[in-house]
Amino acid sequence: MARDRDPMSERTRLATAGARAAVLKNLSRQPGRDVWTGRIFLIVLLIAIGIALLGLAALIIQSAIKGQPAFSMDLFTEGPSRVNPESAGFRPAIIGSLYLIGGVILLIVPLGVGAAIYLEEYANRERWWNRLIELNIQNLAAVPSIIYGILGLAFFVRGPFDLGFVVAAGSLTLALLVLPTVILAAREAIRAVPPSIREGSLALGATQWQTIRRQVLPASIPGIATGVILAVSRALGEAAPLLLVGAATFVTADQPNPFEGGYSAMPVQIFNYALDPQEEFRTLAAAGVVVMLVVLLAMNSFAIWLRNRYEQQW
Amino acid sequence: MADQARRAAGAATGRTGGPEIDVSGVTEGITHAHAKKGAPTVFDLENLTVRYDGKPAVRDVSMAIHENEITALIGPSGCGKSTLIRCLNRMNDLIPSATVEGHCYYHGQDLYGTEVDPVEVRKRIGMVFQKPNPFPKPIFDNVAFGPRVLGMPDVKERVERALRSAALWDEVKDRLDENAYGMSGGQQQRLCIARCIAVDPDVILMDEPCSALDPISTGRIEDLMLELKEQYSIVIVTHNMQQAARVSNRTAFLIVELDAEEENRWGQLVEYDETDKIFTNPSDSRTEDYVTGKVG
Repeated sequence: MARDRDPMSERTRLATAGARAAVLKNLSRQPGRDVWTGRIFLIVLLIAIGIALLGLAALIIQSAIKGQPAFSMDLFTEGPSRVNPESAGFRPAIIGSLYLIGGVILLIVPLGVGAAIYLEEYANRERWWNRLIELNIQNLAAVPSIIYGILGLAFFVRGPFDLGFVVAAGSLTLALLVLPTVILAAREAIRAVPPSIREGSLALGATQWQTIRRQVLPASIPGIATGVILAVSRALGEAAPLLLVGAATFVTADQPNPFEGGYSAMPVQIFNYALDPQEEFRTLAAAGVVVMLVVLLAMNSFAIWLRNRYEQQW
Repeated sequence: MADQARRAAGAATGRTGGPEIDVSGVTEGITHAHAKKGAPTVFDLENLTVRYDGKPAVRDVSMAIHENEITALIGPSGCGKSTLIRCLNRMNDLIPSATVEGHCYYHGQDLYGTEVDPVEVRKRIGMVFQKPNPFPKPIFDNVAFGPRVLGMPDVKERVERALRSAALWDEVKDRLDENAYGMSGGQQQRLCIARCIAVDPDVILMDEPCSALDPISTGRIEDLMLELKEQYSIVIVTHNMQQAARVSNRTAFLIVELDAEEENRWGQLVEYDETDKIFTNPSDSRTEDYVTGKVG
């Protein structure tokens, strides 16, 4: 009966009910501005990604459409022609690029890995010259590629090396261009090997070199390989330094000797076809772009797969 | 005899619970006392001090470690046990800021002499670390690494012998080409021990080998240690007093000392004696406080 109820308990009940209602109101109430700000930010991010991807897709699709008439085996087997665009192709450019890349790999692997081993395993960080080297490798990776072209022209084509406008000079120039990237990637891969592995090896009576050669390097090979592949794919696409170092565009004969004769390279050849007044050559350029994109995408995908497959979980 | 040893131990450490006693010239005391017992020594430490960047980490340690025994180093955190054990195989060389003063004699030869090659030292004095650190290679290659780089013959036999000695052979003999990272923590640590014995060392140093392992693996490794001491001399650093009591023949107790301004702290050897004595009738009150659990 109502009269039997303690008035205190009635008040308490009312107070509790009121409190509950107030809390529920607070909990379920969303601060309107924050929610919308969050949503708008997400939309902005999606737009940004969309623009980037669309731009890339537009490039690929447009090149494919434009270059479609030129897709044939001639692309790979025929040399450039001043008169007959239908039968022109990229052969010397492809061969030149292959030679260039071969030379680059031969140079960057020993030099890059060697430099990384020195910096990580032997260099005493207290010494000022080692700190200077560290600092400058980071800087060198950011230098514009045309500067490397000028360097190549001054030192390799002319100057002390005096090689002339040959593939070897192009390889040397490109190797210098991508070497800082390789050194940094190799250094990271070597650093990722934990000190406990080195200690374990040294505690058995192995020398420092034995430890590096048999423990550290094998464990860092996937990281180093990824770095080399990414560096090479960058070198493949560089046109600016090659223009200065003499990659000509009208080369008809295949040059087997890297120290003699003119050469061409894919980016340079595309550059020239693209600027040609004749429509058919521009079609050819577009086809060349598609070929390069496919190769670069394949190389980068391979590098990423390699890294994921062989990455060491410490 | 025991009394004489006790007094010698007391004099050696310079502390009998009483006032400061001059500890110079004490080494003779130690070698005399233990020589009388007839146990050959492997290491003789004389006033060994290790500094990092000039600051002492462990000071004036003098003790003798005996052959075919398990010697335990116990004490609270930061008292320099790991620093001390790393001196015994020149692993402190890997730390550029570390300097070592005093002497560490290995079978009479100063380990820190100018003509001593640390690589040669480590061939004879092996180490097992706190966290098992197998190489990212197959099990066989892990154990074979030492013999191969040291140019030892009969690698396959050595590997089998080492794995048997480490009580691991039966578990892995069918999967020697599997990656060592697939093993459990206890197995990995036994693999590290097998790896260490494969090069036939004289001494095995163990820096808290069981602290990262479960109690069952710990028990197996302790059993392994007791078997191994027949052939090797073992020095073990342990946080676990009961482990020291279970396995060791002799125990050294170190503490952390603070200097007057409480700026620097370093480790100091308080007492070093047979394990039974340290745990049942220690000479120093600080040892007693530690082993009975009153402090630390």
